[in-house]
Amino acid sequence: MPQSIETFYEVMRRQGITRRSFLKYCSLTAAALGLGPAFAPRIAHAMETKERTPVIWVHGLECTCCSESFIRSAHPLVKDVVLSMISLDYDDTLMAAAGHQAEAALEETIQKYKGKYILAVEGNPPLNEDGMFCIIGGKPFLDQLKHAAKDAAAVIAWGSCASWGCVQAARPNPTQAVPIHKVITDKPIIKVPGCPPIAEVMTGVITYMLTFGRLPELDRQGRPKMFYSQRIHDKCYRRPHFDAGQFVEHWDDESARKGYCLYKVGCKGPTTYNACSTVRWNEGTSFPIQAGHGCIGCSEDGFWDKGSFYDRLTNIPQFGIEKNADEIGMTVAGGVGAAVAAHAAVSAIKRAQHKGDQE
Amino acid sequence: METIKQRTQTAVYVYEAPLRLWHWITVLSIIVLCITGYFIGSPLPTMPGEASDHFLMGYIRFAHFAAGYVVAVGFLGRIYWAFVGNSHSRELFLVPFFNKKWWLEVLYEVRWYLFLEKTPKKYIGHNPLGQLSMFCFFVIGITFMIITGFALYAEGLGRGSWADTLFGWVIPLMGQSQDAHTWHHLGMWYLVIFIMMHVYVAIREDIMSRQSLISTMIGGWRMFKDDRPD
Repeated sequence: MPQSIETFYEVMRRQGITRRSFLKYCSLTAAALGLGPAFAPRIAHAMETKERTPVIWVHGLECTCCSESFIRSAHPLVKDVVLSMISLDYDDTLMAAAGHQAEAALEETIQKYKGKYILAVEGNPPLNEDGMFCIIGGKPFLDQLKHAAKDAAAVIAWGSCASWGCVQAARPNPTQAVPIHKVITDKPIIKVPGCPPIAEVMTGVITYMLTFGRLPELDRQGRPKMFYSQRIHDKCYRRPHFDAGQFVEHWDDESARKGYCLYKVGCKGPTTYNACSTVRWNEGTSFPIQAGHGCIGCSEDGFWDKGSFYDRLTNIPQFGIEKNADEIGMTVAGGVGAAVAAHAAVSAIKRAQHKGDQE
Repeated sequence: METIKQRTQTAVYVYEAPLRLWHWITVLSIIVLCITGYFIGSPLPTMPGEASDHFLMGYIRFAHFAAGYVVAVGFLGRIYWAFVGNSHSRELFLVPFFNKKWWLEVLYEVRWYLFLEKTPKKYIGHNPLGQLSMFCFFVIGITFMIITGFALYAEGLGRGSWADTLFGWVIPLMGQSQDAHTWHHLGMWYLVIFIMMHVYVAIREDIMSRQSLISTMIGGWRMFKDDRPD
Protein backbone atom coordinates (compact mmCIF):
# COMPACT_ATOMS: atom_id res chain seq x y z
CA MET A 1 0.00 0.00 0.00
CA PRO A 2 1.43 3.39 -0.95
CA GLN A 3 1.58 6.31 1.50
CA SER A 4 -1.81 7.67 2.62
CA ILE A 5 -3.39 9.91 0.06
CA GLU A 6 -3.34 13.63 0.78
CA THR A 7 -6.38 15.86 0.97
CA PHE A 8 -6.88 18.67 -1.54
CA TYR A 9 -6.12 21.22 1.14
CA GLU A 10 -2.79 19.58 1.98
CA VAL A 11 -1.83 19.57 -1.67
CA MET A 12 -2.67 23.22 -1.98
CA ARG A 13 -0.72 24.18 1.13
CA ARG A 14 2.19 22.20 -0.17
CA GLN A 15 1.92 24.19 -3.41
CA GLY A 16 2.47 27.33 -1.34
CA ILE A 17 -1.14 28.51 -1.31
CA THR A 18 -2.14 30.42 1.83
CA ARG A 19 -5.32 29.65 3.73
CA ARG A 20 -6.65 33.05 2.76
CA SER A 21 -6.08 32.27 -0.92
CA PHE A 22 -7.60 28.86 -0.43
CA LEU A 23 -10.82 30.37 0.94
CA LYS A 24 -10.90 32.86 -1.92
CA TYR A 25 -10.62 29.98 -4.31
CA CYS A 26 -13.53 28.22 -2.62
CA SER A 27 -15.74 31.33 -2.98
CA LEU A 28 -14.73 31.81 -6.60
CA THR A 29 -15.44 28.21 -7.38
CA ALA A 30 -18.83 28.36 -5.71
CA ALA A 31 -19.64 31.44 -7.77
CA ALA A 32 -18.37 29.91 -11.00
CA LEU A 33 -20.51 26.85 -10.45
CA GLY A 34 -23.52 28.99 -9.73
CA LEU A 35 -23.89 27.52 -6.28
CA GLY A 36 -24.18 30.71 -4.24
CA PRO A 37 -22.09 31.95 -1.29
CA ALA A 38 -23.48 29.36 1.13
CA PHE A 39 -21.59 26.68 -0.73
CA ALA A 40 -18.13 28.21 -0.27
CA PRO A 41 -17.67 26.77 3.27
CA ARG A 42 -18.97 23.42 2.04
CA ILE A 43 -16.39 23.38 -0.72
CA ALA A 44 -13.71 24.39 1.79
CA HIS A 45 -14.78 21.64 4.14
CA ALA A 46 -14.80 19.05 1.40
CA MET A 47 -11.36 20.07 0.25
CA GLU A 48 -9.96 19.96 3.77
CA THR A 49 -11.24 16.54 4.57
CA LYS A 50 -11.54 14.63 1.33
CA GLU A 51 -8.77 12.66 -0.25
CA ARG A 52 -7.41 14.23 -3.38
CA THR A 53 -8.86 12.72 -6.55
CA PRO A 54 -6.14 12.01 -9.06
CA VAL A 55 -6.63 13.00 -12.67
CA ILE A 56 -5.11 11.38 -15.72
CA TRP A 57 -5.27 13.59 -18.77
CA VAL A 58 -4.68 11.86 -22.11
CA HIS A 59 -4.41 13.30 -25.62
CA GLY A 60 -5.64 11.67 -28.83
CA LEU A 61 -6.22 13.18 -32.26
CA GLU A 62 -6.52 16.86 -31.43
CA CYS A 63 -4.89 20.27 -31.66
CA THR A 64 -4.28 20.88 -27.92
CA CYS A 65 -6.59 23.87 -28.01
CA CYS A 66 -8.41 22.46 -24.97
CA SER A 67 -5.18 22.50 -22.95
CA GLU A 68 -4.38 25.95 -24.28
CA SER A 69 -7.77 27.16 -23.17
CA PHE A 70 -7.51 25.43 -19.79
CA ILE A 71 -4.21 27.03 -18.83
CA ARG A 72 -5.71 30.45 -19.58
CA SER A 73 -8.41 30.18 -16.99
CA ALA A 74 -9.49 33.61 -15.79
CA HIS A 75 -9.11 32.66 -12.14
CA PRO A 76 -5.40 31.93 -11.85
CA LEU A 77 -5.89 30.29 -8.50
CA VAL A 78 -8.31 27.75 -9.89
CA LYS A 79 -5.95 27.05 -12.72
CA ASP A 80 -2.88 26.72 -10.52
CA VAL A 81 -4.56 24.49 -8.04
CA VAL A 82 -6.34 22.25 -10.47
CA LEU A 83 -3.44 22.19 -12.87
CA SER A 84 -0.93 21.30 -10.19
CA MET A 85 -3.22 18.62 -8.91
CA ILE A 86 -3.54 17.18 -12.39
CA SER A 87 0.06 17.46 -13.45
CA LEU A 88 0.98 15.51 -10.32
CA ASP A 89 -0.43 12.50 -12.07
CA TYR A 90 -0.31 12.35 -15.83
CA ASP A 91 -0.72 14.82 -18.64
CA ASP A 92 1.73 14.21 -21.44
CA THR A 93 1.50 17.78 -22.66
CA LEU A 94 1.91 19.56 -19.34
CA MET A 95 3.89 17.20 -17.11
CA ALA A 96 7.63 17.57 -16.60
CA ALA A 97 8.41 13.93 -17.32
CA ALA A 98 8.68 12.66 -20.89
CA GLY A 99 9.20 9.43 -22.79
CA HIS A 100 9.41 6.20 -20.75
CA GLN A 101 9.23 8.16 -17.50
CA ALA A 102 5.90 9.64 -18.53
CA GLU A 103 4.44 6.29 -19.53
CA ALA A 104 5.69 4.84 -16.24
CA ALA A 105 3.93 7.66 -14.38
CA LEU A 106 0.68 6.82 -16.17
CA GLU A 107 1.00 3.15 -15.27
CA GLU A 108 1.81 3.99 -11.67
CA THR A 109 -1.21 6.27 -11.31
CA ILE A 110 -3.52 3.67 -12.81
CA GLN A 111 -2.24 0.98 -10.45
CA LYS A 112 -2.11 3.17 -7.37
CA TYR A 113 -5.55 4.73 -7.72
CA LYS A 114 -7.43 1.90 -9.37
CA GLY A 115 -11.10 2.78 -9.72
CA LYS A 116 -10.60 6.18 -8.07
CA TYR A 117 -9.06 8.46 -10.65
CA ILE A 118 -10.77 10.69 -13.19
CA LEU A 119 -9.77 10.17 -16.78
CA ALA A 120 -9.81 13.38 -18.80
CA VAL A 121 -9.65 12.79 -22.54
CA GLU A 122 -8.66 15.51 -24.96
CA GLY A 123 -9.00 14.50 -28.59
CA ASN A 124 -10.37 11.25 -29.88
CA PRO A 125 -9.25 7.86 -31.17
CA PRO A 126 -9.13 7.03 -34.88
CA LEU A 127 -10.33 3.48 -35.49
CA ASN A 128 -9.21 2.99 -39.07
CA GLU A 129 -6.08 0.85 -39.68
CA ASP A 130 -6.36 -0.45 -36.12
CA GLY A 131 -5.87 3.03 -34.71
CA MET A 132 -2.49 3.60 -36.40
CA PHE A 133 -3.32 7.21 -37.19
CA CYS A 134 -2.57 8.27 -33.61
CA ILE A 135 0.39 6.74 -31.79
CA ILE A 136 1.23 7.53 -28.17
CA GLY A 137 4.40 6.02 -26.68
CA GLY A 138 4.70 3.62 -29.61
CA LYS A 139 1.19 2.25 -29.29
CA PRO A 140 -2.14 3.29 -30.78
CA PHE A 141 -3.94 5.91 -28.72
CA LEU A 142 -6.97 3.64 -28.89
CA ASP A 143 -5.15 1.11 -26.68
CA GLN A 144 -4.03 3.73 -24.18
CA LEU A 145 -7.54 5.13 -23.98
CA LYS A 146 -9.14 1.76 -23.36
CA HIS A 147 -6.44 0.85 -20.85
CA ALA A 148 -6.76 4.09 -18.90
CA ALA A 149 -10.57 4.03 -19.02
CA LYS A 150 -10.80 0.49 -17.63
CA ASP A 151 -10.06 1.51 -14.03
CA ALA A 152 -11.32 5.08 -14.12
CA ALA A 153 -14.09 6.25 -11.79
CA ALA A 154 -15.42 8.65 -14.40
CA VAL A 155 -14.38 10.07 -17.75
CA ILE A 156 -14.37 13.68 -18.91
CA ALA A 157 -14.55 14.28 -22.66
CA TRP A 158 -12.73 17.57 -23.20
CA GLY A 159 -13.80 19.56 -26.21
CA SER A 160 -15.70 18.74 -29.35
CA CYS A 161 -13.15 16.10 -30.44
CA ALA A 162 -13.75 13.81 -27.50
CA SER A 163 -17.44 14.73 -27.26
CA TRP A 164 -18.58 14.63 -30.90
CA GLY A 165 -15.61 13.93 -33.18
CA CYS A 166 -14.98 17.48 -34.42
CA VAL A 167 -12.97 18.28 -37.54
CA GLN A 168 -11.10 15.00 -37.82
CA ALA A 169 -14.45 13.20 -37.87
CA ALA A 170 -15.90 15.54 -40.51
CA ARG A 171 -16.88 13.98 -43.81
CA PRO A 172 -15.34 11.87 -45.22
CA ASN A 173 -13.46 11.09 -41.97
CA PRO A 174 -10.55 9.14 -43.50
CA THR A 175 -9.08 8.05 -40.16
CA GLN A 176 -12.51 7.04 -38.86
CA ALA A 177 -12.09 9.22 -35.80
CA VAL A 178 -14.91 8.67 -33.31
CA PRO A 179 -16.01 10.43 -30.12
CA ILE A 180 -14.84 8.60 -27.03
CA HIS A 181 -18.29 7.34 -26.03
CA LYS A 182 -18.08 4.99 -29.03
CA VAL A 183 -15.07 3.33 -27.41
CA ILE A 184 -15.75 3.72 -23.69
CA THR A 185 -19.17 2.29 -23.10
CA ASP A 186 -19.09 1.19 -19.46
CA LYS A 187 -18.14 4.42 -17.66
CA PRO A 188 -20.02 7.64 -17.01
CA ILE A 189 -18.80 10.21 -19.51
CA ILE A 190 -19.22 13.91 -18.98
CA LYS A 191 -18.99 15.89 -22.19
CA VAL A 192 -17.51 19.36 -22.15
CA PRO A 193 -17.80 20.30 -25.83
CA GLY A 194 -16.40 23.38 -27.52
CA CYS A 195 -13.49 23.99 -29.81
CA PRO A 196 -12.04 24.65 -27.34
CA PRO A 197 -14.33 24.69 -24.30
CA ILE A 198 -14.26 27.87 -22.22
CA ALA A 199 -11.47 27.74 -19.61
CA GLU A 200 -13.80 28.61 -16.73
CA VAL A 201 -16.18 25.90 -17.82
CA MET A 202 -13.38 23.35 -17.82
CA THR A 203 -12.00 24.33 -14.43
CA GLY A 204 -15.54 24.63 -13.08
CA VAL A 205 -16.43 21.11 -14.15
CA ILE A 206 -13.24 19.53 -12.88
CA THR A 207 -13.41 21.41 -9.57
CA TYR A 208 -16.98 20.30 -9.09
CA MET A 209 -16.00 16.69 -9.64
CA LEU A 210 -12.91 16.87 -7.43
CA THR A 211 -14.78 18.65 -4.67
CA PHE A 212 -18.03 16.79 -4.53
CA GLY A 213 -16.77 13.47 -5.81
CA ARG A 214 -19.65 13.09 -8.21
CA LEU A 215 -20.64 14.14 -11.70
CA PRO A 216 -22.43 17.44 -12.12
CA GLU A 217 -26.00 17.12 -13.34
CA LEU A 218 -25.94 16.23 -17.03
CA ASP A 219 -28.40 16.83 -19.84
CA ARG A 220 -29.61 14.22 -22.33
CA GLN A 221 -26.40 14.44 -24.34
CA GLY A 222 -24.17 14.15 -21.28
CA ARG A 223 -23.20 17.80 -20.95
CA PRO A 224 -23.16 19.54 -17.55
CA LYS A 225 -26.43 21.46 -17.26
CA MET A 226 -24.82 24.32 -15.39
CA PHE A 227 -22.92 25.46 -18.49
CA TYR A 228 -24.78 23.91 -21.42
CA SER A 229 -28.47 24.31 -20.73
CA GLN A 230 -28.91 27.52 -22.68
CA ARG A 231 -28.09 28.60 -26.19
CA ILE A 232 -25.68 31.43 -26.99
CA HIS A 233 -28.72 33.19 -28.49
CA ASP A 234 -30.69 33.06 -25.23
CA LYS A 235 -28.20 35.27 -23.41
CA CYS A 236 -26.68 37.15 -26.32
CA TYR A 237 -26.29 40.88 -25.77
CA ARG A 238 -27.42 41.40 -29.40
CA ARG A 239 -30.69 39.58 -28.77
CA PRO A 240 -32.76 42.82 -28.65
CA HIS A 241 -31.75 43.44 -32.27
CA PHE A 242 -32.95 39.96 -33.20
CA ASP A 243 -36.30 40.50 -31.52
CA ALA A 244 -36.62 43.89 -33.20
CA GLY A 245 -35.81 42.37 -36.59
CA GLN A 246 -32.55 44.28 -37.01
CA PHE A 247 -29.98 42.22 -38.85
CA VAL A 248 -26.58 42.48 -40.41
CA GLU A 249 -27.36 41.82 -44.10
CA HIS A 250 -23.78 41.92 -45.41
CA TRP A 251 -20.40 42.16 -43.78
CA ASP A 252 -19.33 45.74 -43.21
CA ASP A 253 -22.76 47.20 -43.85
CA GLU A 254 -24.30 49.90 -41.68
CA SER A 255 -26.02 47.25 -39.54
CA ALA A 256 -22.71 45.49 -38.89
CA ARG A 257 -21.21 48.75 -37.68
CA LYS A 258 -24.20 49.28 -35.42
CA GLY A 259 -23.74 45.84 -33.92
CA TYR A 260 -27.05 44.31 -35.07
CA CYS A 261 -27.91 40.62 -34.88
CA LEU A 262 -25.74 38.30 -37.02
CA TYR A 263 -28.55 35.78 -37.63
CA LYS A 264 -28.76 36.40 -41.38
CA VAL A 265 -25.02 36.06 -41.90
CA GLY A 266 -25.10 32.59 -40.41
CA CYS A 267 -24.66 33.05 -36.68
CA LYS A 268 -25.24 29.65 -35.05
CA GLY A 269 -26.03 31.18 -31.66
CA PRO A 270 -29.69 30.07 -31.88
CA THR A 271 -28.71 26.41 -32.18
CA THR A 272 -25.59 26.29 -30.01
CA TYR A 273 -25.52 25.30 -26.36
CA ASN A 274 -22.62 26.93 -24.57
CA ALA A 275 -21.83 29.60 -22.02
CA CYS A 276 -19.88 32.00 -24.29
CA SER A 277 -22.45 34.79 -24.12
CA THR A 278 -22.36 34.81 -20.32
CA VAL A 279 -18.89 33.63 -19.24
CA ARG A 280 -17.13 34.96 -22.37
CA TRP A 281 -13.45 34.42 -23.10
CA ASN A 282 -10.06 35.61 -21.92
CA GLU A 283 -11.08 36.73 -18.46
CA GLY A 284 -14.52 37.77 -19.63
CA THR A 285 -13.15 40.12 -22.28
CA SER A 286 -15.18 39.14 -25.31
CA PHE A 287 -16.65 36.32 -27.39
CA PRO A 288 -17.08 35.86 -31.16
CA ILE A 289 -20.38 37.71 -31.53
CA GLN A 290 -19.04 40.63 -29.50
CA ALA A 291 -16.12 40.75 -31.93
CA GLY A 292 -18.59 41.06 -34.81
CA HIS A 293 -18.50 37.51 -36.17
CA GLY A 294 -21.31 35.01 -35.86
CA CYS A 295 -21.04 31.96 -33.65
CA ILE A 296 -19.91 28.96 -35.69
CA GLY A 297 -21.51 26.47 -33.30
CA CYS A 298 -18.23 24.80 -32.31
CA SER A 299 -19.72 23.06 -29.30
CA GLU A 300 -22.41 21.32 -31.36
CA ASP A 301 -22.31 17.86 -32.84
CA GLY A 302 -20.94 17.82 -36.41
CA PHE A 303 -20.64 21.58 -36.74
CA TRP A 304 -18.18 21.15 -39.60
CA ASP A 305 -20.67 19.31 -41.75
CA LYS A 306 -23.62 21.71 -41.68
CA GLY A 307 -22.60 23.85 -44.63
CA SER A 308 -21.22 27.36 -44.57
CA PHE A 309 -20.63 29.20 -41.32
CA TYR A 310 -22.18 32.21 -43.09
CA ASP A 311 -25.53 30.73 -44.15
CA ARG A 312 -28.63 30.77 -42.02
CA LEU A 313 -30.15 27.56 -43.40
CA THR A 314 -28.34 24.26 -43.11
CA ASN A 315 -27.13 22.51 -46.23
CA ILE A 316 -28.52 19.05 -46.84
CA PRO A 317 -25.73 17.17 -48.63
CA GLN A 318 -27.84 14.03 -49.15
CA PHE A 319 -29.35 15.72 -52.18
CA GLY A 320 -26.14 15.51 -54.20
CA ILE A 321 -25.43 19.13 -54.73
CA GLU A 322 -25.69 20.90 -51.43
CA LYS A 323 -29.11 22.41 -51.02
CA ASN A 324 -31.00 23.87 -48.11
CA ALA A 325 -34.52 23.02 -47.02
CA ASP A 326 -36.07 25.93 -48.91
CA GLU A 327 -34.39 25.12 -52.20
CA ILE A 328 -35.45 21.48 -51.93
CA GLY A 329 -38.95 22.38 -50.80
CA MET A 330 -39.48 24.95 -53.53
CA THR A 331 -38.20 22.55 -56.20
CA VAL A 332 -40.55 19.78 -55.10
CA ALA A 333 -43.45 22.20 -54.65
CA GLY A 334 -42.75 23.54 -58.14
CA GLY A 335 -42.80 20.01 -59.53
CA VAL A 336 -46.06 19.22 -57.76
CA GLY A 337 -47.50 22.52 -58.97
CA ALA A 338 -46.59 21.68 -62.57
CA ALA A 339 -48.04 18.18 -62.16
CA VAL A 340 -51.26 19.63 -60.73
CA ALA A 341 -51.54 22.08 -63.61
CA ALA A 342 -50.95 19.36 -66.19
CA HIS A 343 -53.44 17.05 -64.49
CA ALA A 344 -56.00 19.83 -64.33
CA ALA A 345 -55.53 20.52 -68.03
CA VAL A 346 -56.01 16.88 -68.97
CA SER A 347 -59.02 16.68 -66.66
CA ALA A 348 -60.59 19.69 -68.38
CA ILE A 349 -60.01 18.19 -71.82
CA LYS A 350 -61.47 14.84 -70.76
CA ARG A 351 -64.46 16.56 -69.27
CA ALA A 352 -65.04 18.53 -72.43
CA GLN A 353 -64.86 15.32 -74.47
CA HIS A 354 -67.39 13.53 -72.30
CA LYS A 355 -69.74 16.40 -71.75
CA GLY A 356 -73.22 15.07 -71.34
CA ASP A 357 -72.09 11.55 -70.42
CA GLN A 358 -72.81 12.22 -66.78
CA GLU A 359 -76.16 13.45 -65.59
CA MET B 1 -63.46 1.04 -40.99
CA GLU B 2 -65.45 0.25 -44.04
CA THR B 3 -66.17 2.85 -46.60
CA ILE B 4 -69.91 2.62 -47.06
CA LYS B 5 -71.14 2.86 -50.58
CA GLN B 6 -74.01 5.11 -51.24
CA ARG B 7 -76.93 3.94 -53.28
CA THR B 8 -80.06 5.99 -53.19
CA GLN B 9 -79.68 8.89 -50.80
CA THR B 10 -78.94 12.19 -52.36
CA ALA B 11 -77.70 14.01 -49.24
CA VAL B 12 -76.01 12.68 -46.12
CA TYR B 13 -74.77 14.56 -43.06
CA VAL B 14 -71.08 13.63 -42.96
CA TYR B 15 -68.95 16.22 -41.19
CA GLU B 16 -70.25 17.32 -37.80
CA ALA B 17 -69.85 20.90 -36.64
CA PRO B 18 -66.78 20.46 -34.36
CA LEU B 19 -64.98 18.64 -37.14
CA ARG B 20 -65.70 21.40 -39.64
CA LEU B 21 -64.67 24.05 -37.16
CA TRP B 22 -61.43 22.16 -36.53
CA HIS B 23 -60.76 21.93 -40.26
CA TRP B 24 -61.01 25.66 -40.88
CA ILE B 25 -59.16 26.65 -37.70
CA THR B 26 -56.34 24.34 -38.75
CA VAL B 27 -56.37 25.84 -42.25
CA LEU B 28 -55.93 29.34 -40.87
CA SER B 29 -53.30 28.28 -38.35
CA ILE B 30 -51.25 26.38 -40.91
CA ILE B 31 -51.28 29.39 -43.23
CA VAL B 32 -50.01 31.55 -40.36
CA LEU B 33 -47.44 28.89 -39.44
CA CYS B 34 -46.06 28.54 -42.97
CA ILE B 35 -45.72 32.29 -43.49
CA THR B 36 -44.25 33.09 -40.08
CA GLY B 37 -42.08 29.96 -40.17
CA TYR B 38 -40.65 30.97 -43.50
CA PHE B 39 -39.82 34.42 -42.13
CA ILE B 40 -38.20 32.94 -39.04
CA GLY B 41 -35.84 31.00 -41.33
CA SER B 42 -35.33 33.89 -43.77
CA PRO B 43 -36.18 37.11 -41.93
CA LEU B 44 -37.54 40.26 -43.53
CA PRO B 45 -35.17 43.13 -44.40
CA THR B 46 -33.62 44.82 -41.41
CA MET B 47 -35.65 47.39 -39.48
CA PRO B 48 -34.43 50.99 -39.20
CA GLY B 49 -34.07 52.96 -35.99
CA GLU B 50 -33.63 51.81 -32.44
CA ALA B 51 -34.14 48.24 -31.30
CA SER B 52 -36.49 49.50 -28.59
CA ASP B 53 -38.87 50.82 -31.28
CA HIS B 54 -39.48 47.43 -32.86
CA PHE B 55 -40.46 43.90 -31.98
CA LEU B 56 -40.92 42.45 -35.46
CA MET B 57 -39.17 39.11 -34.98
CA GLY B 58 -40.77 38.88 -31.57
CA TYR B 59 -44.26 39.26 -33.07
CA ILE B 60 -43.51 36.86 -35.92
CA ARG B 61 -42.27 34.25 -33.48
CA PHE B 62 -45.20 34.89 -31.17
CA ALA B 63 -47.64 34.34 -34.03
CA HIS B 64 -45.79 31.15 -34.96
CA PHE B 65 -45.87 29.77 -31.44
CA ALA B 66 -49.48 30.79 -30.85
CA ALA B 67 -50.62 29.21 -34.12
CA GLY B 68 -48.54 26.15 -33.28
CA TYR B 69 -50.37 25.80 -29.98
CA VAL B 70 -53.71 26.17 -31.78
CA VAL B 71 -52.83 23.43 -34.26
CA ALA B 72 -51.53 21.12 -31.51
CA VAL B 73 -54.51 21.60 -29.22
CA GLY B 74 -56.83 21.37 -32.23
CA PHE B 75 -55.23 18.12 -33.32
CA LEU B 76 -55.65 16.69 -29.83
CA GLY B 77 -59.29 17.76 -29.99
CA ARG B 78 -59.55 16.12 -33.38
CA ILE B 79 -58.22 12.85 -31.95
CA TYR B 80 -60.79 13.13 -29.16
CA TRP B 81 -63.49 13.70 -31.78
CA ALA B 82 -62.44 10.49 -33.52
CA PHE B 83 -63.64 8.70 -30.40
CA VAL B 84 -66.91 10.52 -29.88
CA GLY B 85 -67.80 11.67 -33.39
CA ASN B 86 -69.57 9.76 -36.15
CA SER B 87 -67.87 7.00 -38.13
CA HIS B 88 -66.45 9.44 -40.69
CA SER B 89 -64.49 11.22 -37.97
CA ARG B 90 -62.33 8.11 -37.60
CA GLU B 91 -61.37 7.81 -41.29
CA LEU B 92 -58.32 10.03 -40.82
CA PHE B 93 -56.76 7.76 -38.21
CA LEU B 94 -58.02 4.26 -38.92
CA VAL B 95 -56.80 3.27 -42.34
CA PRO B 96 -57.80 -0.30 -43.32
CA PHE B 97 -54.29 -1.29 -44.35
CA PHE B 98 -55.11 -5.00 -44.15
CA ASN B 99 -58.27 -4.89 -46.20
CA LYS B 100 -57.71 -6.23 -49.71
CA LYS B 101 -60.96 -4.86 -51.05
CA TRP B 102 -60.04 -1.43 -49.80
CA TRP B 103 -56.68 -1.59 -51.60
CA LEU B 104 -58.47 -2.59 -54.81
CA GLU B 105 -60.59 0.50 -54.48
CA VAL B 106 -57.45 2.58 -53.90
CA LEU B 107 -56.21 1.15 -57.17
CA TYR B 108 -59.51 1.95 -58.85
CA GLU B 109 -59.23 5.53 -57.64
CA VAL B 110 -55.64 5.75 -58.90
CA ARG B 111 -56.87 4.56 -62.29
CA TRP B 112 -59.58 7.24 -62.18
CA TYR B 113 -56.87 9.83 -61.60
CA LEU B 114 -54.83 8.42 -64.47
CA PHE B 115 -57.90 8.82 -66.71
CA LEU B 116 -58.16 5.04 -67.11
CA GLU B 117 -61.63 4.79 -65.55
CA LYS B 118 -64.58 6.64 -66.97
CA THR B 119 -66.57 7.18 -63.81
CA PRO B 120 -65.47 7.40 -60.20
CA LYS B 121 -67.22 5.52 -57.41
CA LYS B 122 -69.45 7.23 -54.89
CA TYR B 123 -68.31 7.63 -51.27
CA ILE B 124 -69.96 9.21 -48.29
CA GLY B 125 -66.66 9.83 -46.53
CA HIS B 126 -63.21 9.88 -48.08
CA ASN B 127 -62.54 7.81 -51.14
CA PRO B 128 -59.86 5.19 -50.32
CA LEU B 129 -57.08 7.06 -52.11
CA GLY B 130 -58.10 10.26 -50.36
CA GLN B 131 -58.10 8.50 -47.03
CA LEU B 132 -54.64 7.06 -47.66
CA SER B 133 -53.13 10.38 -48.65
CA MET B 134 -54.83 12.21 -45.78
CA PHE B 135 -53.16 9.77 -43.42
CA CYS B 136 -49.73 9.79 -45.07
CA PHE B 137 -49.54 13.51 -45.72
CA PHE B 138 -51.69 15.17 -43.13
CA VAL B 139 -51.79 12.94 -40.04
CA ILE B 140 -48.13 11.94 -40.25
CA GLY B 141 -47.04 15.39 -41.44
CA ILE B 142 -48.83 17.35 -38.72
CA THR B 143 -47.76 14.89 -36.02
CA PHE B 144 -44.15 15.30 -37.14
CA MET B 145 -44.49 19.09 -37.15
CA ILE B 146 -46.10 19.18 -33.71
CA ILE B 147 -43.38 16.97 -32.22
CA THR B 148 -40.43 18.73 -33.85
CA GLY B 149 -42.08 22.11 -33.33
CA PHE B 150 -42.48 21.65 -29.60
CA ALA B 151 -38.98 20.15 -29.37
CA LEU B 152 -37.65 23.41 -30.81
CA TYR B 153 -40.01 25.45 -28.66
CA ALA B 154 -38.61 23.60 -25.63
CA GLU B 155 -35.20 25.07 -26.41
CA GLY B 156 -36.61 28.47 -25.53
CA LEU B 157 -38.70 27.27 -22.60
CA GLY B 158 -35.60 25.71 -21.10
CA ARG B 159 -34.43 22.44 -19.67
CA GLY B 160 -36.96 20.73 -17.48
CA SER B 161 -39.93 22.53 -19.03
CA TRP B 162 -42.97 20.43 -19.98
CA ALA B 163 -42.08 20.65 -23.66
CA ASP B 164 -38.51 19.60 -22.93
CA THR B 165 -39.69 16.65 -20.87
CA LEU B 166 -42.11 15.50 -23.56
CA PHE B 167 -40.24 16.33 -26.75
CA GLY B 168 -36.66 17.25 -25.82
CA TRP B 169 -35.42 13.81 -26.89
CA VAL B 170 -36.16 14.68 -30.50
CA ILE B 171 -33.18 17.01 -30.84
CA PRO B 172 -30.37 14.54 -30.02
CA LEU B 173 -32.25 11.97 -32.11
CA MET B 174 -31.89 14.20 -35.16
CA GLY B 175 -28.30 15.18 -34.36
CA GLN B 176 -28.38 18.66 -32.96
CA SER B 177 -30.59 21.72 -32.85
CA GLN B 178 -29.61 22.77 -36.36
CA ASP B 179 -30.69 19.41 -37.77
CA ALA B 180 -33.99 19.59 -35.92
CA HIS B 181 -34.56 23.04 -37.44
CA THR B 182 -33.83 21.67 -40.90
CA TRP B 183 -36.24 18.75 -40.49
CA HIS B 184 -38.94 21.07 -39.19
CA HIS B 185 -38.32 23.29 -42.22
CA LEU B 186 -38.57 20.34 -44.62
CA GLY B 187 -41.77 19.34 -42.81
CA MET B 188 -43.26 22.69 -43.77
CA TRP B 189 -42.65 21.95 -47.43
CA TYR B 190 -44.17 18.50 -46.98
CA LEU B 191 -47.34 20.18 -45.70
CA VAL B 192 -47.22 22.83 -48.45
CA ILE B 193 -47.18 20.03 -51.01
CA PHE B 194 -50.06 18.34 -49.17
CA ILE B 195 -52.04 21.59 -49.25
CA MET B 196 -51.43 22.05 -52.99
CA MET B 197 -52.68 18.56 -53.76
CA HIS B 198 -55.49 18.72 -51.22
CA VAL B 199 -56.90 21.95 -52.61
CA TYR B 200 -56.51 20.84 -56.22
CA VAL B 201 -58.11 17.47 -55.62
CA ALA B 202 -60.95 18.99 -53.61
CA ILE B 203 -61.78 21.42 -56.41
CA ARG B 204 -61.40 18.76 -59.09
CA GLU B 205 -63.53 16.23 -57.24
CA ASP B 206 -66.11 18.87 -56.55
CA ILE B 207 -66.43 19.38 -60.30
CA MET B 208 -65.75 15.91 -61.69
CA SER B 209 -66.80 13.37 -59.07
CA ARG B 210 -70.32 12.34 -58.28
CA GLN B 211 -70.50 14.03 -54.89
CA SER B 212 -69.98 17.44 -53.32
CA LEU B 213 -66.64 18.16 -51.65
CA ILE B 214 -66.02 21.77 -50.72
CA SER B 215 -69.55 22.64 -49.58
CA THR B 216 -69.51 19.47 -47.45
CA MET B 217 -66.67 20.83 -45.34
CA ILE B 218 -68.62 24.06 -44.90
CA GLY B 219 -72.16 22.82 -44.28
CA GLY B 220 -71.47 19.21 -43.35
CA TRP B 221 -73.86 17.67 -45.94
CA ARG B 222 -72.62 15.43 -48.73
CA MET B 223 -74.69 15.93 -51.88
CA PHE B 224 -74.77 13.28 -54.56
CA LYS B 225 -75.15 14.35 -58.11
CA ASP B 226 -76.85 11.22 -59.39
CA ASP B 227 -78.95 8.37 -58.03
CA ARG B 228 -77.15 5.60 -59.88
CA PRO B 229 -75.76 2.95 -57.52
CA ASP B 230 -72.06 2.84 -56.71
